[in-house]
Amino acid sequence: MTTTPLIQATDASLEHNKQVLLTGINLTLLDGEIITVIGPNGAGKTTLLKLLIGEHKPTSGEITQAKHCRIGYMPQRLHIDNSLPLTVQRFLTMSGNKNQDAIEQALVEVGASHLQRSAIQTLSGGELQRVLLARALLREPNLLVLDEPAQGVDLHGQRELYQLLSKIKDKRGCAILMVSHDLSFVMAGTDQVICLNRHVCCSGTPESVSQHPEYLALFGSELGKDIAIYTHHHDHQHRLDGGIAVGNKSQDQTNSHKGCDHGNH
Amino acid sequence: MEIIELILPSLIVGLMLAAICGPLGSFVVWGRMSYFGDTLAHSALLGMTLGVIFQIHPVIGVLAITIAVALVLSVSQQQRKLANDAMLGIIAHGTLAAGLVIASQLDTVRIDLMAFLFGDLLSVNYQDVLWVAAICIILGIALKLLWNNLLSTLVSSEIAQAEGIPIHKIRLALLIMLALLVAIGMKVVGALLITAMMIIPAASARRLAQTPEQMALMASIIGVLAVIAGLLSSFIWDTPTGPSIVLCACLLFTATHLKQST
Repeated sequence: MTTTPLIQATDASLEHNKQVLLTGINLTLLDGEIITVIGPNGAGKTTLLKLLIGEHKPTSGEITQAKHCRIGYMPQRLHIDNSLPLTVQRFLTMSGNKNQDAIEQALVEVGASHLQRSAIQTLSGGELQRVLLARALLREPNLLVLDEPAQGVDLHGQRELYQLLSKIKDKRGCAILMVSHDLSFVMAGTDQVICLNRHVCCSGTPESVSQHPEYLALFGSELGKDIAIYTHHHDHQHRLDGGIAVGNKSQDQTNSHKGCDHGNH
Repeated sequence: MEIIELILPSLIVGLMLAAICGPLGSFVVWGRMSYFGDTLAHSALLGMTLGVIFQIHPVIGVLAITIAVALVLSVSQQQRKLANDAMLGIIAHGTLAAGLVIASQLDTVRIDLMAFLFGDLLSVNYQDVLWVAAICIILGIALKLLWNNLLSTLVSSEIAQAEGIPIHKIRLALLIMLALLVAIGMKVVGALLITAMMIIPAASARRLAQTPEQMALMASIIGVLAVIAGLLSSFIWDTPTGPSIVLCACLLFTATHLKQST
């Protein structure tokens, strides 16, 4: 473990066609840490990921990536035209890691060995995710970047996926940076939750809710081990256009997060 | 024996084109780019007329224009201000119209429009063979070097980018390769049918393949068969060569699909 952060963003902003997509992003991702980004549609979550992994260059501010940072990226979705004959096996060799043992091991790790010879177009949503995860693992990353990994998967599938991710994290010790599609669910073990709406609304540690009676009644105690709810209060509200509505400052800020100061941007 | 000597250059050119069309045509099918091939072919007439005006080899004129079109399309793809097919339509018909207008003003030389539209494989000479061979070799080497990056970019540009592949350069490389292919394909099957040579063998190969590489190889084989059959039938029944080749490719396409459904 080094003390250099894997990725650090300092006051980074991104504009495209004179439109502000992200502004005032400050973020530090350390080795072995889990950061979950949540936020409404159009908040710029995917854009933030792409900014952090270097696909977009910030218009202002700075993004620094540690030299030892090796990223395994899992996209939000993958559409492959039916005209392309492609087996899972061939798809995985595209990672550049052609070691057959490594491929088989990655498939075992994500529980998808039985899919090795399948055509990739025939996979279900959950199966495809596992294969995408295996592809990311073949890069032997110390940072897994996952864009809405639980999207299009039912609650059971989400739970399995989060279990799988925490297993991978324990085994490989890699950091995880992910976007959650749900405002209230983040993976257990998350060190930092970032609530995004073009700027970082607030960030902090998620509260453990596995003991909360209403939560247990809804999802059962088993689920509580793997999914936690991040409860937080905003010190401001958003208008429909995403701007900040004034005059709604709530007085009871909790310690679980720090709200950002909107006077600065 | 005389017949073989007569058609040998045509046969060589046709076979080389069919072989290289296999992998490149597969990319056209996978990437749904057939209209892109048409656009390049339409713009080729402008290249031919420019070649006449500046008294350079028509292949160079066609190359210059098709590569220019590929560059313009690559830029417009990244800007995304206009839907891709609208942009393709504007460039295809704009350059075709310009080519026709300029061709009509050339008093001294008549451009053979029929040869432009449908190709004139039987008129190729050994100089053409050299041109086509040179370009096919360039394309073959480029494909070999870029194959994995091309495929990765096609399958998921997001993963490819995260893995450090320069996806915009790779896409541009594919467009320029297609521009080169169109420039040599003009001679064989003509502007109207060059896209057919790219997509029909590849589409026929789809059901016979389990991997991208198998499909590319099968497409080359099917293309080669179509060229041989087309040239033969053209000789036997005195039919136009380009359309005969395309027709044979269509028959092979039907055959591969019938085989599967029984």
